[in-house]
Amino acid sequence: MEFATVIFYLIAAVTIGSAAMVAFSRNIIYSAFSLLGTFAGVAAIYVFLGADFVAAVQVLIYVGGILVLILFAVMLTHRIADVQITNRAVGRIPALVVVGVFLSLLVQIIRETPWQKAKEIVYAPTTSRIGDLFLENYLLPFELASLVLLAALIGAAVLSRKELKE
Amino acid sequence: MVPLDYYLVLSAIIFVIGVTGVVIRRNIIVVLMSVELMLNAVNLTFIAFSRSLGSMDGQVIVFFVMTVAAAEAVVGLAIIISVFRHRQTLDPQEMQLLKW
Repeated sequence: MEFATVIFYLIAAVTIGSAAMVAFSRNIIYSAFSLLGTFAGVAAIYVFLGADFVAAVQVLIYVGGILVLILFAVMLTHRIADVQITNRAVGRIPALVVVGVFLSLLVQIIRETPWQKAKEIVYAPTTSRIGDLFLENYLLPFELASLVLLAALIGAAVLSRKELKE
Repeated sequence: MVPLDYYLVLSAIIFVIGVTGVVIRRNIIVVLMSVELMLNAVNLTFIAFSRSLGSMDGQVIVFFVMTVAAAEAVVGLAIIISVFRHRQTLDPQEMQLLKW
Protein backbone atom coordinates (compact mmCIF):
# COMPACT_ATOMS: atom_id res chain seq x y z
CA MET A 1 0.00 0.00 0.00
CA GLU A 2 1.19 3.46 -0.80
CA PHE A 3 2.27 5.82 1.95
CA ALA A 4 -0.33 8.42 0.95
CA THR A 5 -3.11 5.84 1.20
CA VAL A 6 -2.03 4.85 4.69
CA ILE A 7 -2.14 8.47 5.81
CA PHE A 8 -5.54 8.88 4.18
CA TYR A 9 -6.88 5.89 6.10
CA LEU A 10 -5.48 7.26 9.36
CA ILE A 11 -7.10 10.67 8.87
CA ALA A 12 -10.36 9.06 7.77
CA ALA A 13 -10.39 6.84 10.86
CA VAL A 14 -9.87 9.81 13.18
CA THR A 15 -12.58 11.80 11.38
CA ILE A 16 -15.16 9.04 11.40
CA GLY A 17 -14.37 8.04 14.98
CA SER A 18 -14.83 11.53 16.33
CA ALA A 19 -17.93 12.07 14.19
CA ALA A 20 -19.40 8.94 15.76
CA MET A 21 -18.51 10.30 19.19
CA VAL A 22 -20.40 13.51 18.36
CA ALA A 23 -23.56 11.65 17.45
CA PHE A 24 -23.48 8.77 19.95
CA SER A 25 -21.66 9.99 23.04
CA ARG A 26 -23.78 10.13 26.18
CA ASN A 27 -22.05 13.20 27.54
CA ILE A 28 -22.67 16.44 25.69
CA ILE A 29 -19.24 17.80 26.64
CA TYR A 30 -17.58 14.84 24.95
CA SER A 31 -19.77 15.45 21.89
CA ALA A 32 -18.71 19.07 21.71
CA PHE A 33 -15.03 18.30 22.03
CA SER A 34 -15.18 15.42 19.53
CA LEU A 35 -16.44 17.93 17.01
CA LEU A 36 -12.91 19.36 17.15
CA GLY A 37 -11.50 16.05 15.89
CA THR A 38 -13.96 15.93 13.03
CA PHE A 39 -13.28 19.50 11.91
CA ALA A 40 -9.52 19.01 12.13
CA GLY A 41 -9.75 15.71 10.23
CA VAL A 42 -11.79 17.29 7.46
CA ALA A 43 -9.25 20.13 7.28
CA ALA A 44 -6.47 17.55 6.94
CA ILE A 45 -8.34 15.91 4.08
CA TYR A 46 -8.65 19.31 2.39
CA VAL A 47 -4.86 19.61 2.60
CA PHE A 48 -4.65 16.12 1.17
CA LEU A 49 -6.78 17.26 -1.76
CA GLY A 50 -4.53 20.23 -2.44
CA ALA A 51 -7.05 22.84 -1.26
CA ASP A 52 -4.78 24.87 1.03
CA PHE A 53 -6.85 28.02 1.43
CA VAL A 54 -10.05 26.10 2.16
CA ALA A 55 -8.21 24.09 4.82
CA ALA A 56 -6.99 27.25 6.53
CA VAL A 57 -10.47 28.78 6.42
CA GLN A 58 -11.93 25.53 7.77
CA VAL A 59 -9.66 25.73 10.81
CA LEU A 60 -10.38 29.45 11.29
CA ILE A 61 -14.15 29.38 10.92
CA TYR A 62 -15.14 25.97 12.23
CA VAL A 63 -12.57 25.36 14.96
CA GLY A 64 -12.04 28.99 15.88
CA GLY A 65 -15.60 30.21 15.49
CA ILE A 66 -18.40 27.68 15.39
CA LEU A 67 -16.86 25.22 17.86
CA VAL A 68 -16.19 27.92 20.45
CA LEU A 69 -19.73 29.19 19.97
CA ILE A 70 -21.16 25.70 20.51
CA LEU A 71 -19.04 25.22 23.62
CA PHE A 72 -20.35 28.51 24.97
CA ALA A 73 -23.90 27.41 24.30
CA VAL A 74 -23.28 24.10 26.09
CA MET A 75 -21.82 25.83 29.10
CA LEU A 76 -24.56 28.45 29.21
CA THR A 77 -27.56 26.19 28.93
CA HIS A 78 -27.50 23.27 31.30
CA ARG A 79 -26.27 21.52 34.35
CA ILE A 80 -23.48 19.42 32.89
CA ALA A 81 -23.76 16.67 35.49
CA ASP A 82 -27.28 15.63 34.43
CA VAL A 83 -26.34 13.37 31.55
CA GLN A 84 -29.55 11.36 31.66
CA ILE A 85 -31.82 14.36 31.36
CA THR A 86 -29.77 16.45 29.01
CA ASN A 87 -28.63 14.04 26.35
CA ARG A 88 -31.12 11.25 25.86
CA ALA A 89 -31.35 9.22 22.68
CA VAL A 90 -34.59 7.67 21.45
CA GLY A 91 -35.52 5.17 18.77
CA ARG A 92 -32.00 3.95 18.16
CA ILE A 93 -32.84 0.66 16.41
CA PRO A 94 -35.28 1.90 13.72
CA ALA A 95 -33.09 4.94 13.10
CA LEU A 96 -30.01 2.77 12.62
CA VAL A 97 -31.88 0.47 10.23
CA VAL A 98 -33.13 3.34 8.06
CA VAL A 99 -29.78 5.09 8.10
CA GLY A 100 -27.92 1.86 7.30
CA VAL A 101 -30.10 1.34 4.22
CA PHE A 102 -29.44 4.95 3.22
CA LEU A 103 -25.69 4.50 3.60
CA SER A 104 -25.62 1.30 1.57
CA LEU A 105 -27.59 3.03 -1.20
CA LEU A 106 -25.16 5.95 -1.22
CA VAL A 107 -22.11 3.68 -1.32
CA GLN A 108 -23.65 1.64 -4.11
CA ILE A 109 -24.29 4.79 -6.15
CA ILE A 110 -20.73 5.99 -5.56
CA ARG A 111 -19.30 2.61 -6.59
CA GLU A 112 -21.35 2.18 -9.74
CA THR A 113 -21.25 5.64 -11.25
CA PRO A 114 -18.39 6.01 -13.75
CA TRP A 115 -16.87 9.18 -12.28
CA GLN A 116 -14.47 11.15 -14.36
CA LYS A 117 -10.94 10.02 -13.57
CA ALA A 118 -9.00 12.30 -11.28
CA LYS A 119 -6.50 14.42 -13.13
CA GLU A 120 -2.90 14.71 -12.09
CA ILE A 121 -2.85 17.05 -9.13
CA VAL A 122 -0.76 20.13 -9.49
CA TYR A 123 -0.03 21.42 -6.01
CA ALA A 124 -0.31 25.08 -6.89
CA PRO A 125 -1.56 27.77 -4.49
CA THR A 126 -5.31 28.16 -4.91
CA THR A 127 -5.86 31.49 -3.19
CA SER A 128 -5.46 33.80 -6.16
CA ARG A 129 -7.76 31.75 -8.38
CA ILE A 130 -10.41 31.67 -5.67
CA GLY A 131 -10.10 35.44 -5.32
CA ASP A 132 -10.48 35.91 -9.06
CA LEU A 133 -13.58 33.73 -9.14
CA PHE A 134 -15.13 35.62 -6.22
CA LEU A 135 -14.77 38.95 -7.95
CA GLU A 136 -15.72 37.76 -11.42
CA ASN A 137 -18.16 34.88 -11.80
CA TYR A 138 -19.46 34.83 -8.23
CA LEU A 139 -19.67 38.54 -7.49
CA LEU A 140 -23.40 38.62 -6.77
CA PRO A 141 -23.44 35.59 -4.41
CA PHE A 142 -20.37 37.06 -2.70
CA GLU A 143 -22.18 40.30 -1.94
CA LEU A 144 -25.30 38.40 -0.89
CA ALA A 145 -23.17 36.35 1.53
CA SER A 146 -22.07 39.53 3.26
CA LEU A 147 -25.72 40.52 3.55
CA VAL A 148 -26.55 37.12 5.07
CA LEU A 149 -23.77 37.56 7.62
CA LEU A 150 -25.00 41.03 8.55
CA ALA A 151 -28.55 39.70 9.00
CA ALA A 152 -27.26 36.84 11.15
CA LEU A 153 -25.27 39.27 13.29
CA ILE A 154 -28.27 41.50 13.92
CA GLY A 155 -30.57 38.52 14.42
CA ALA A 156 -28.33 36.90 16.99
CA ALA A 157 -27.92 40.15 18.89
CA VAL A 158 -31.66 40.75 18.94
CA LEU A 159 -32.53 37.17 19.92
CA SER A 160 -30.09 36.76 22.76
CA ARG A 161 -30.34 40.14 24.44
CA LYS A 162 -31.96 40.53 27.81
CA GLU A 163 -35.54 41.65 27.58
CA LEU A 164 -36.28 44.96 29.18
CA LYS A 165 -38.91 44.91 31.83
CA GLU A 166 -41.44 47.64 31.09
CA MET B 1 -2.89 8.48 -5.23
CA VAL B 2 -6.19 8.01 -3.45
CA PRO B 3 -9.08 7.64 -5.93
CA LEU B 4 -12.17 9.85 -5.86
CA ASP B 5 -14.39 7.02 -4.58
CA TYR B 6 -12.63 6.95 -1.23
CA TYR B 7 -13.34 10.60 -0.54
CA LEU B 8 -16.96 10.20 -1.58
CA VAL B 9 -17.46 7.17 0.64
CA LEU B 10 -15.80 8.97 3.55
CA SER B 11 -18.09 11.95 3.16
CA ALA B 12 -21.12 9.66 2.78
CA ILE B 13 -20.23 8.03 6.10
CA ILE B 14 -19.85 11.39 7.86
CA PHE B 15 -23.15 12.57 6.36
CA VAL B 16 -24.96 9.45 7.54
CA ILE B 17 -23.55 9.83 11.06
CA GLY B 18 -24.90 13.38 11.01
CA VAL B 19 -28.34 12.16 9.93
CA THR B 20 -28.32 9.59 12.72
CA GLY B 21 -27.44 12.26 15.26
CA VAL B 22 -30.30 14.48 14.10
CA VAL B 23 -32.78 11.59 14.24
CA ILE B 24 -31.93 9.94 17.56
CA ARG B 25 -30.75 12.78 19.76
CA ARG B 26 -33.03 14.59 22.14
CA ASN B 27 -30.76 17.51 22.86
CA ILE B 28 -31.10 20.36 20.44
CA ILE B 29 -27.44 21.40 20.71
CA VAL B 30 -26.31 17.92 19.64
CA VAL B 31 -28.81 18.12 16.77
CA LEU B 32 -27.15 21.38 15.71
CA MET B 33 -23.70 19.76 15.93
CA SER B 34 -24.92 16.91 13.73
CA VAL B 35 -26.14 19.43 11.17
CA GLU B 36 -22.63 20.89 11.16
CA LEU B 37 -21.32 17.36 10.51
CA MET B 38 -23.59 17.01 7.49
CA LEU B 39 -22.49 20.40 6.12
CA ASN B 40 -18.87 19.34 6.52
CA ALA B 41 -19.52 16.11 4.63
CA VAL B 42 -21.05 18.07 1.76
CA ASN B 43 -18.07 20.45 1.70
CA LEU B 44 -15.75 17.46 1.48
CA THR B 45 -17.67 16.19 -1.54
CA PHE B 46 -17.41 19.60 -3.20
CA ILE B 47 -13.64 19.74 -2.70
CA ALA B 48 -13.14 16.17 -3.90
CA PHE B 49 -15.06 16.84 -7.11
CA SER B 50 -13.32 20.18 -7.52
CA ARG B 51 -9.96 18.44 -7.62
CA SER B 52 -11.19 15.57 -9.72
CA LEU B 53 -12.69 17.84 -12.37
CA GLY B 54 -9.80 20.30 -12.22
CA SER B 55 -12.12 23.26 -11.63
CA MET B 56 -12.11 25.81 -8.82
CA ASP B 57 -15.86 26.38 -8.68
CA GLY B 58 -16.34 23.72 -6.03
CA GLN B 59 -13.93 25.47 -3.71
CA VAL B 60 -15.74 28.78 -4.15
CA ILE B 61 -19.08 27.16 -3.33
CA VAL B 62 -17.56 25.70 -0.16
CA PHE B 63 -17.07 29.26 1.06
CA PHE B 64 -20.75 30.02 0.58
CA VAL B 65 -21.67 26.83 2.45
CA MET B 66 -19.37 27.89 5.29
CA THR B 67 -20.99 31.33 5.38
CA VAL B 68 -24.44 29.83 5.68
CA ALA B 69 -23.20 27.32 8.28
CA ALA B 70 -21.74 30.09 10.40
CA ALA B 71 -24.94 32.15 10.15
CA GLU B 72 -27.00 29.09 11.00
CA ALA B 73 -24.88 28.29 14.05
CA VAL B 74 -25.02 31.85 15.34
CA VAL B 75 -28.76 32.32 14.95
CA GLY B 76 -29.54 28.74 16.03
CA LEU B 77 -27.55 29.01 19.23
CA ALA B 78 -29.08 32.41 20.00
CA ILE B 79 -32.55 30.86 19.61
CA ILE B 80 -31.55 27.88 21.77
CA ILE B 81 -30.28 30.11 24.55
CA SER B 82 -33.35 32.29 24.56
CA VAL B 83 -35.65 29.24 24.50
CA PHE B 84 -33.67 27.74 27.37
CA ARG B 85 -34.02 30.95 29.32
CA HIS B 86 -37.80 30.81 29.01
CA ARG B 87 -38.52 27.08 29.32
CA GLN B 88 -35.46 25.55 31.03
CA THR B 89 -35.28 22.67 28.58
CA LEU B 90 -33.20 21.59 25.62
CA ASP B 91 -35.54 18.80 24.51
CA PRO B 92 -36.99 19.56 21.07
CA GLN B 93 -40.01 17.38 21.93
CA GLU B 94 -41.03 19.90 24.57
CA MET B 95 -40.74 22.90 22.29
CA GLN B 96 -44.21 22.55 20.81
CA LEU B 97 -45.81 25.90 21.43
CA LEU B 98 -46.60 26.24 17.73
CA LYS B 99 -47.91 22.70 17.37
CA TRP B 100 -51.52 22.45 16.23
